[in-house]
Amino acid sequence: MSGETILTVDCLAMRFGGIVAVNDLSFDARRRKITALIGPNGAGKTTVFNCITGFYKPSGGSMRLTHDDGRNIQLERLNDFRISKQAKVARTFQNIRLFPGMTALENLMVAQHNALMLASGLTFLGLIGAPSWRTAEKRAIDLATFWLDRVGLLDRADDAAGNLPYGDQRRLEIARAMCTEPALLCLDEPAAGLNARESAALSELLLSIRDGQGVSILLIEHDMSVVMEISDHVVVMDYGVKIAEGTPHEVRDNPKVIAAYLGADEEEAIAVMESGT
Amino acid sequence: MTGARVTAAVPKATSEATSEATPKATAISHAPGVAFILKKALISALVALVLFSLMIGVRTEAGPTGQLTYWTRFDDLAIIVGAVFGGSIVVELLRQWWGPVGTIRVVPSSVQRSLAVARRAIAPVLLIFTFLVPVIFYDQRYILDLGILVLTYVMLGWGLNVVVGLAGLLDLGYVAFYAVGAYSYALLATNFGLSFWICLPLAGILAALWGVMLGFPVLRLRGDYLAIVTLAFGEIIRLVIINWQSLTGGPNGVSGIPRPTLFGIPLTPGDDGLAAKLGIEFSPTHRIVFLFYLILALALLTNWVTIRLRRLPIGRAWEALREDEVACRALGINITTTKLTAFATGAMFGGFAGAFFATRQGFISPESFTFQESALVLAIVVLGGMGSQLGVALAALAMIGGFELFRGFEQYRMLVFGLAMVLLMIWRPRGLIGHRAPTVFLQHSQAISSDLVKEGHG
Amino acid sequence: MDYFAQQLINGIVLGSIYGLIAIGYTMVYGIVGMINFAHGDIFMIGGFIALISFLILVSIGLTVVPVILLIVLLVSMAITALYGWTVERIAYRPLRHSFRLAPMLSAIGMSFVLTNYSQVAQGARVKPVPPIITGGYTLADQNGFVVRLSNAQIIVVITTIVLLAIFTWLVAKTRLGRDMRACEQDQTMAALLGVDVDRTISMTFVIGAALAAVAGMMYLLYYGLVDFFMGFVAGIKAFTAAVLGGIGSLPGAMLGGLAIGLIETLWSAYFSVEYKDVAAFSILIIVLIFLPTGLLGRPEVEKV
Repeated sequence: MSGETILTVDCLAMRFGGIVAVNDLSFDARRRKITALIGPNGAGKTTVFNCITGFYKPSGGSMRLTHDDGRNIQLERLNDFRISKQAKVARTFQNIRLFPGMTALENLMVAQHNALMLASGLTFLGLIGAPSWRTAEKRAIDLATFWLDRVGLLDRADDAAGNLPYGDQRRLEIARAMCTEPALLCLDEPAAGLNARESAALSELLLSIRDGQGVSILLIEHDMSVVMEISDHVVVMDYGVKIAEGTPHEVRDNPKVIAAYLGADEEEAIAVMESGT
Repeated sequence: MTGARVTAAVPKATSEATSEATPKATAISHAPGVAFILKKALISALVALVLFSLMIGVRTEAGPTGQLTYWTRFDDLAIIVGAVFGGSIVVELLRQWWGPVGTIRVVPSSVQRSLAVARRAIAPVLLIFTFLVPVIFYDQRYILDLGILVLTYVMLGWGLNVVVGLAGLLDLGYVAFYAVGAYSYALLATNFGLSFWICLPLAGILAALWGVMLGFPVLRLRGDYLAIVTLAFGEIIRLVIINWQSLTGGPNGVSGIPRPTLFGIPLTPGDDGLAAKLGIEFSPTHRIVFLFYLILALALLTNWVTIRLRRLPIGRAWEALREDEVACRALGINITTTKLTAFATGAMFGGFAGAFFATRQGFISPESFTFQESALVLAIVVLGGMGSQLGVALAALAMIGGFELFRGFEQYRMLVFGLAMVLLMIWRPRGLIGHRAPTVFLQHSQAISSDLVKEGHG
Repeated sequence: MDYFAQQLINGIVLGSIYGLIAIGYTMVYGIVGMINFAHGDIFMIGGFIALISFLILVSIGLTVVPVILLIVLLVSMAITALYGWTVERIAYRPLRHSFRLAPMLSAIGMSFVLTNYSQVAQGARVKPVPPIITGGYTLADQNGFVVRLSNAQIIVVITTIVLLAIFTWLVAKTRLGRDMRACEQDQTMAALLGVDVDRTISMTFVIGAALAAVAGMMYLLYYGLVDFFMGFVAGIKAFTAAVLGGIGSLPGAMLGGLAIGLIETLWSAYFSVEYKDVAAFSILIIVLIFLPTGLLGRPEVEKV
């Protein structure tokens, strides 16, 4: 009915003036699976994310999102906020973008803005304190509380987000993205700056999101332990093009991938591999 | 015995030695300080001498024949340079005694606790006091007028607070909405004879429309650019008012604006007046008191709506917009409508205040709607600590009260105001109230230090 | 046609004055990222200083016009530069690392201080002077309309060209200019590489103020009067010019200045004089909406 694929990226291209950041990139993200996008720095991964999540208008190509009910949405035609609102694509950022002057709970309430706006009758029902609004608000707080608990921040719900330690901030950002009830969750280097224990907890969280909420996940990551542990499918980019894809293990042993990360030739990589490491 | 004497002798010798040593040590530590201060003061005085040599030392004036003449004022120059010298010394001494600007002083926790209690009491006490002002100062027309003026600026501050404090949109042209509200009421009342109570919402709507019209072009502008464009808008409105004489009366303004009525019952001495209806003796103070409570009601309405809106999704979206616009977009928030509603809401309150201003004065002219007004309201909002209702009220009281102190010295008023703005920004850039109160909490409401709160980029 | 030619000349002269002021805005915005709201008033102060110096020189008996002009130029540049330096030291430097609104409000406060200081010090009335430079050239005399190029206009344009050349050389070739460009791009790194950031920023303000002083003196020569409010409107127009030409670009500022001068003059001549300021402000809005990086500016890509 709706098929295996939630996101089909087809011949995506992004040019900035004379620089080609992404060139003819095609890959699929599978429904209720975790797809990892990896590659050396400057490969164009965040650019791809920005195209998918509507921050850049791609120079070419298409990105089709297929919902559970079979509806197709062409992401390249949507403007920024609509991608989250209509296409139900949520994202986190490489440099954490929380609302630092607001509490953790408030951050999660902001995420439910659209639902709450409707429930508040475009504010007017809310102004007069209608019971339907109060129920909706309570429900929103419950959802926020649920996610705060899931990421282990319930006891810090009333603390300013800017005061939270780094690892907590990363998890809060994920919780906030989940409060938008997305179909596709895009995570930009969620394990950056986390130590081994925190990375393991993150892996566990993402796996439980995939299995518990049935959300498809697309992530950019440099931490190979996380990638190996949780990805169902890996796409490797270098210099704006896809150089390999497959299961984590297939990709790990691919000489092209090794060459890209080492900055060496493919032949050299094969030679090193064959000489037995 | 000898040992005891020796032991007794040694401490004395040591103390003598130390007491001899200390004056020398302190003398050494003071000397560079004095020389340093003197050098700084001398440089300041020298700079002042050059700066003021021509502007103060020489006074030009167009003579009776139109020729420009001048005379010297070297004594004034000497006094001012001397004052700069002395002032520089004082400032340096203060700085060394107090520590640099921004050092954190540790306040004992008992004092902190009592301060916290006092802080929570300020708002209700102030409110009750305000309600009682016309009762306490019934005979002092001057105080009542001042109260009305302060409340008008409190309302303007609360209105601008929505745009600048909550949404983080830098608006330097707020006076435009004030003007639209005032002129709307003035023209509708004098041309169509509509009552104040009908014109009030109309003024608000018209001002809100202008807010949206201002908002549309500036959606993509940030920070300083947004500020200067809003400033330009404010100036355009003022210039159009001055020049569109057929509509607005130009520099002559609009006069004969009807006074407000209590829902149709005028406050006049006649038989149909309110005094006659209530059976009390008429007094011109009645109208002043009525105006006082009217602006108080309008201001409290602004306050109540703002507080409620903060707890609703739109208010939270405004604050989120201020914190991080990119994150808002990623969460599916429509930035365009969020910004426009902020502008429109702030403009609406400005429009209400303008209508009140027109009815209170009975006469309006473009001179009341200059950039200085916008700057004053913005200063009130920033001084108050952006987003804080109480802070804005206190700041308005301080600023307008301060202005009033200079009643006799009109010329120096703006000079001191400008200096005050500079000094306040250096001393307390985040304003009087240094924290933000969250709008929803699970366990307890913890105030967030304003160091964490972003000021927004527009 | 002749009418148009005359307006063209007038517009270029006015535009030169705006351009000189605009350079100060663009340099300061480029290096510290703030709009110096007090800059227009520095221009006004420059005009006043020029006026007073001129008065004194004439009254002590100096009659050689080029000498007078040179002395007035140097004196007003020097003193106004000191004003610029003082404003930066007092009102902006303490707030350099503060949040964005603080230096802006401080600048607005400083603007009020300067305006009212002039008013208090010199009285509120407009100060007229008799024409210092008289005479000119008649370029065309047909159809009853005379196209004149006055000597004052020539001096304004030549002075502007010379100063523009000097300061372009300064920014491109000297050590100071290099330091300025480095601070514009990355202040922290520049400091780490040994650039005296404080001094560089101060010099930027000083140079901007000096050029504004020249503009003030040119304004005095050309229009024959100064008043303490001329800084506010001229400031906004000059900032418009800076934005139009592309913030951060020196030639852009001059280009923008010429454009604004021409637009204002032609608008006054062909449409209405009363609304000429509205026209200038509207241009600012239109430019910022459609051309936020200006004619010669560099586009900024938002980093997400």
